[in-house]
Amino acid sequence: MYTQGLDGQPAEAAVVDESALEQRFLARVDAEEKIEPKDWMPARYRNTLIRQISQHAHSEIVGMLPEGNWITRAPTLKRKAILIAKVQDEGGHGAYLYSAAETLGVSRDQLIEQLLSGKAKYSSIFNYPTPTWADVGAIGWLVDGAAIMNQIPLCRCSYGPYARAMVRVCREESFHQRQGYDLMLQLARGTPDQKRMAQEALNRWWWPALMMFGPSDANSTHTGDSQRWKIKRFSNDELRQKFVDFTVPQAKFLDLTVPDPQLHWDESKQQYSFGPIDWSEFDQVLKGNGPCNTERLAARRNAHAAGAWVREAASAYAAKRRPSAAGVAA
Amino acid sequence: MEDQRQWPLFEVFIRARGGLDHKHVGSLHAADPSMALDHARDLYTRRQEGVSIWVVPSKAIIASDPAETDSLFEPARDKIYRHPTFYVIPDEVKTL
Repeated sequence: MYTQGLDGQPAEAAVVDESALEQRFLARVDAEEKIEPKDWMPARYRNTLIRQISQHAHSEIVGMLPEGNWITRAPTLKRKAILIAKVQDEGGHGAYLYSAAETLGVSRDQLIEQLLSGKAKYSSIFNYPTPTWADVGAIGWLVDGAAIMNQIPLCRCSYGPYARAMVRVCREESFHQRQGYDLMLQLARGTPDQKRMAQEALNRWWWPALMMFGPSDANSTHTGDSQRWKIKRFSNDELRQKFVDFTVPQAKFLDLTVPDPQLHWDESKQQYSFGPIDWSEFDQVLKGNGPCNTERLAARRNAHAAGAWVREAASAYAAKRRPSAAGVAA
Repeated sequence: MEDQRQWPLFEVFIRARGGLDHKHVGSLHAADPSMALDHARDLYTRRQEGVSIWVVPSKAIIASDPAETDSLFEPARDKIYRHPTFYVIPDEVKTL
């Protein structure tokens, strides 16, 4: 994705007439053309994308932790193989997305540093714990389900490398959601204890999953520009509503109860009406006071530090084998 | 000055099936070409997406400049005589 070609771009752009370039850029976006790495783009568009894509990448990487927690304790070999494949996919999604962010002129090392220093944000959902095996099912069904709802419109976003990464991610994400539902189905049809376990996992993940769509439209700071630039196609509330409408019947099929006493079908609107979201909880988790914020970041830092010798050895080996530069690099 | 600790970037091309061209699928960082191949295999062929992989150092790719798009590609636009449909052949003439 030709990252190096971008080095001189912001400086060059300052010389020419910005407003004419911006008009042309907006016309291209309006015409549903894709913006590619070497094309001129407004600095705010570039920065918005770097922030969004890198947060998305960090979320995939941190997202490996809550489920990775269960790999060694998966109840059957089949479930263990499925879970390993899913967690590996999440790592892959992180890699696709880091590559897409890098096309905007930020380096992989900078991005990793931002995550490990705690400066960068990732999805708050991964700061919740997974105390039982049923949580693995609830994550696949609800968390990946909500992620798909957010990600499908991103396949059409105006920035080419992000859109292409999302096509690949969405293709793989569908397996994640279905394996989660399949796991929940097996528990819900199992012993009373297993069914109770499934219900408790639904209770834990329902509200955090609804919060994944972000603040309500009235309080969303990034929506305006992102919609103008066709990065974001639907508002947070629109996507959240769609998720509820899709998911409630799936919960009914499991014979589980959505933990919202106010939830009911609104005949006039032809959609589910649901109770108010506790945004104070969302804010607390966002600020770093969620149940697992410290643990997640510590796990990433440990993994990075513990892998340092492998990276160094690989670099040293590569330098030794590089034919012409062998003497220079040593 | 380029950061020497950061592994170089490689572009990945996959041949989906025998008989098809290799197609660009994305990029990755690796310490050296053989690690780039290993990573490409893990990252881009987890679901039988390919039967062959190329990795190319991103630095080796020479790309056209978007600012020159018009001067490069516009001249082809009015040369419609380069397409077979430009020529009207009488119906009586077969297999042409």
